[in-house]
Amino acid sequence: MDNFINRIFSKEPSSADKAKDRLRLVLINDRTDLSAIAMENLKDDLLEVLSRYIQIDPKSMRIDITQEGRQQRLIADIPISGPVSRKY
Amino acid sequence: MSAKVITITSGKGGVGKTTATANIGAALATMGQRVACIDADIGLRNLDVVLGLENRIVYDLVDAVEGRCRLNQAMIKDKHIPDLYLIPSAQTRDKTAVSPSDMIRLCDELRPDLDWIIVDSPAGIERGFKNAIAPADEVIVVTNPEVSAVRDADRIIGIVEAEEKGTPRLLINRLNPEMVKQNNMLSADDVVDLLAIHLIGIVPEDKAVLISTNQGTPIALDKKSLAGQAYQNIARRLMGEEVPLLDLDKSSGFFNRISSVFGSGD
Repeated sequence: MDNFINRIFSKEPSSADKAKDRLRLVLINDRTDLSAIAMENLKDDLLEVLSRYIQIDPKSMRIDITQEGRQQRLIADIPISGPVSRKY
Repeated sequence: MSAKVITITSGKGGVGKTTATANIGAALATMGQRVACIDADIGLRNLDVVLGLENRIVYDLVDAVEGRCRLNQAMIKDKHIPDLYLIPSAQTRDKTAVSPSDMIRLCDELRPDLDWIIVDSPAGIERGFKNAIAPADEVIVVTNPEVSAVRDADRIIGIVEAEEKGTPRLLINRLNPEMVKQNNMLSADDVVDLLAIHLIGIVPEDKAVLISTNQGTPIALDKKSLAGQAYQNIARRLMGEEVPLLDLDKSSGFFNRISSVFGSGD
């Protein structure tokens, strides 16, 4: 019974949930051959290129790889905070 | 008629490939199908002991490939089921003794006289695995609901697709319904969700599997056991029948269900 109450009220995810979350990330890394570090670099490079055209707040920018069936998809959500003041 | 070649593989060792090969072969043969199981794990022969045929081996796969015997001399007839045959692997050779084209040639020679050829792949992604998938019309990937087995299964699925063998179907082996209920084991849905391929079946963890392997009798012949029923269902699905997945909750047993009603379960 204690066990049951603990499970209901604890914020700790179950071991099966942890396994699934860990696997999700590992499989994306394995399939795309992109490490967490490579993803950070990709994000920095993308930011640099986009910033030539639009104003972006780096903190609000989100880049994820999601899984759709056996296909990986790179999803970038980048709020634009304004145009870049061009110097002609 | 020409036999269909099904290769059973997994990437990771110890998930139950050989048991699956023996039982899918046996289940198909109990349905009146003509079946040959080929052990492609050269140097680590095991399908013979799982089928209980270890004392009948005269010639093996490598003998047949290298022409020291006729192919039918390397086919060992099963003790229990008519029309089930084993082509054992060689124990004292290594995996380079056979090539992928040897396997294709051998299976093509077998096809006219059989309905199914079930190939047991070795673990890993090297030559032995390449040999095993070369003749395949369809590949079945075996996994356990466990992180390392699922990860390796994903790798294998990628390689099988890259080799243009189609998308394999998934066999989840040793699922423990009690642990899934307690959220301490990945569920079949979790595994299917992660790997994103179709299921061919779920085989529950069942003590009867070890006991029947000890005796050299495939569990598929014991239609009272849950694992035996699971393998019978997999065979029926291979034959194109639509068979619903087993209700594995039954495995908790009548008395457990009674005790859980009265709240005395743990």
